[in-house]
Amino acid sequence: MKARIFGLAAFAACLAMPVYAVALSDAAGSYTISPSGSSIRFTIGKAGGGGFDGAFGRFKGTIRIDNGDVGRSKVDLTIYPESVGTGQGRIDAFLRSDAVFDATNNPEIQFRSTSVTRTGDTTALVIGRLTARGKTFSEKFTAELGGLKGGTIKFHVTGKVLRSRYGMDVGTPLYSNIVDFDMTLMGKRG
Amino acid sequence: MQSITNTPTRYGWAMIILHWLIGILFIGQFALGFVMVRTTSQRTSFELIQLHKSVGFLLLGLIILRIAWRLRNAAPTLPGSVGTLERKTAPLAHFALYAFQIALPLSGWALVSVSTLEIPTMPFNLFVMPNLPLTESDASESFWTSVHWYLAYAGIALVALHIAAALRHHFLLRDTVLTRIITPSSAKE
Repeated sequence: MKARIFGLAAFAACLAMPVYAVALSDAAGSYTISPSGSSIRFTIGKAGGGGFDGAFGRFKGTIRIDNGDVGRSKVDLTIYPESVGTGQGRIDAFLRSDAVFDATNNPEIQFRSTSVTRTGDTTALVIGRLTARGKTFSEKFTAELGGLKGGTIKFHVTGKVLRSRYGMDVGTPLYSNIVDFDMTLMGKRG
Repeated sequence: MQSITNTPTRYGWAMIILHWLIGILFIGQFALGFVMVRTTSQRTSFELIQLHKSVGFLLLGLIILRIAWRLRNAAPTLPGSVGTLERKTAPLAHFALYAFQIALPLSGWALVSVSTLEIPTMPFNLFVMPNLPLTESDASESFWTSVHWYLAYAGIALVALHIAAALRHHFLLRDTVLTRIITPSSAKE
């Protein structure tokens, strides 16, 4: 009898809860972004069609999902521009040089979220301050929860950044000013 | 009234403008090419290379116009004082100058077309210039880089010879060979 009442109570609790793909209470916690399983890719459109693809090989960060209030969740991400790779060594050297990232004098690109707004069952709008080459601007990214399994959380993050604002306008209009980011961030609890 | 077309003894102003414009741009391109690959700033180097490509396509257009004009307008004959040897070699030198004016921009165009950097070409940021239908590879890129480089040095040597010959005509032989490419022909002639 006792077990039956407990079962009913659990059923009622389930009904009362919003139907999210992943219950917030399950996802809540702090995660460390794991470079294996994560990727930070970008594409820049080229005049005449096609694009220019690259990725950052080294980065670190944390994701904190607040149990009570998603809006108080936080994302911190540090990218090392030295680790940029495009598959073309001469282009990589150009990107690392003071023409673009100036990786020697600016070894880190940082993103610190300032607000997280839930936009759907599994999506959120992440607004934060992006700092690159000593310049900081507010940027928006869309995060979609890809899965939660055994203390590992996965997000697909996309967003557009205007590179001219960070003193990286070289090559416009041959190469678009818009950098399209496509990231998979895998976090491990703890 | 100055004439646009050449006369038997003088050049018309169309040919004079094209001559000096192409000459200045050609020498400028040589200097720009020399500097752009030696600049330490990667950004400046990139921008100078794009400018070099833009001027190269402008030159190619001007040279096609110039050759078309030249084919419809016979060049004035040389003054009577010019010797037999020069009378025979000058047309060859001029033909070679025209050949370099065509070959240099074309080899540059081939170079950007086969480059594995795949940098688009937008002359003066106005429009996208398509690549020549050539296969890109590192080997082709270094081949066309060498071709463009050798043509540039041979071309500038020929230009130096051309300038020296013009100065010789003006200051030593004191004939009209230099002045006739400065002062246009007149309709009265």
